[in-house]
Amino acid sequence: MKIGILALQGAFIEHLHTLRSLGVEAVEVRTTTELTGLDGLIIPGGESTAILKLARHYHMIKPLQEMAKAGIPIMGTCAGMVLLANKVTESDLQTLCLMDIEVRRNASGRQVDSFETDLAIPDIGGEPFHAVFIRAPYIKHLGAGVETLARLDDGTVVAVRKGNLLALAFHPELGHDTRLHEYFLKMVRASKKEIAR
Amino acid sequence: MQETGTWKLKTGLAQMLKGGVIMDVINAEQAKIAEDAGACSVMALERVPSDIRAAGGVARMADLTIIENIMKVVTIPVMAKCRIGHFVEARVLEALGVDYIDESEVLTPADEAHHVWKHDFKVPFVCGCRNLGEALRRVGEGAAMIRTKGEAGTGNVVEAVRHMRTVMDDIRRLAALPQEEIPAFAKEIQAPLDLVIEVHNTGKLPVVNFAAGGIATPADAALMMHLGAEGVFVGSGIFKSSNPSARAKAIVKATTHYKDALIIAEVSKDLGEAMPGLEISKIPPQELLAGRGW
Repeated sequence: MKIGILALQGAFIEHLHTLRSLGVEAVEVRTTTELTGLDGLIIPGGESTAILKLARHYHMIKPLQEMAKAGIPIMGTCAGMVLLANKVTESDLQTLCLMDIEVRRNASGRQVDSFETDLAIPDIGGEPFHAVFIRAPYIKHLGAGVETLARLDDGTVVAVRKGNLLALAFHPELGHDTRLHEYFLKMVRASKKEIAR
Repeated sequence: MQETGTWKLKTGLAQMLKGGVIMDVINAEQAKIAEDAGACSVMALERVPSDIRAAGGVARMADLTIIENIMKVVTIPVMAKCRIGHFVEARVLEALGVDYIDESEVLTPADEAHHVWKHDFKVPFVCGCRNLGEALRRVGEGAAMIRTKGEAGTGNVVEAVRHMRTVMDDIRRLAALPQEEIPAFAKEIQAPLDLVIEVHNTGKLPVVNFAAGGIATPADAALMMHLGAEGVFVGSGIFKSSNPSARAKAIVKATTHYKDALIIAEVSKDLGEAMPGLEISKIPPQELLAGRGW
């Protein structure tokens, strides 16, 4: 199993270290060539405008869309979630348009409003997940078939899944709790079986 | 229960900026150009360092209207500078809602003995350094991000290289020491022992480290990444060049693809004139900025 981490800008090393600590082969991806042969992909946190500019300039948009269509699991965290979304509120940002969600960027305000909190995520079981939200996007609208995995106390949706796509508004890579990465790896294993069949 | 202003949130934002370029801008128009070029953040200023250098006199925190106008037009984080030790300027910037404060030697220091006690703030700080001791003193005071100082406003990368090499050499030296020699090393570099032990154990700084001061070309940015920078600040280098938009885009690409010389070659073509450079040895010592702070 080989997982790629989009390494154009942002916190890609943190995901790499988390995956390697779980004994998984993880590689940095900066070019279309490096996208081939992957069983899964993580789009990390960073600045969505910067990541998209670089992805577009180096012709990675279409290959990324094809990967998602082929059923290869993709996890987007924070900026990564913005890239997955179909629509960005009050913005003409051209995303990858892979998931039927609308997100608002910097939805909790400026950096002084960034926060840490405990989230109940029934799908990963057990204790609440301690989540770090940094200038985080929120999910304002979910299309049909998009499943909510976690909400803030006020009901704001902050984690969703649809099929092979997983989108998180926060940063599981900044903590020591690896349950969400393990959840993603389960998606990857299931898809490998599916593709083999 | 939501917690704000924690160490994790402060250092975490710096982690999100990694691999990116932070550009100095002096108005909303420049901020848009920077964002469109793929900058991961902008530094809102009244004057870029080369103009501060040329103007002389006392350089202070920027006009707040300029900073506010910049905050309105971009979605990327906005940084602003306060004078070394000027905790009221810092409080004002925090109240305004800037995302990161640079307690910067580029402005005229307000205090000759004390930096801002940055742990007391919800907003994170970045500070300059020339070596590991200075970096860890700043982290000890609460800086959540470090940048090597270089010599701002010169378009000459030599000081940035010197400072980055010094920090990385200090770290390599420390990592190789036997435990019982760590306290003497901490004393030698005048840094808090607990942070020195942390660097010994991890082999890296406790916070993200960018390069700054004199970066003017895509190749300069890539050079700093090779030497260990996790991203770059470009000040006068972009908007003092003949084609800021093209140069900004090229520096962003060279920072991401710093290991790929073909890409750096490709993006370095047709950029027009770089900013005029200054020979460091020709600058009177009292006008050097890197010596400010301690």
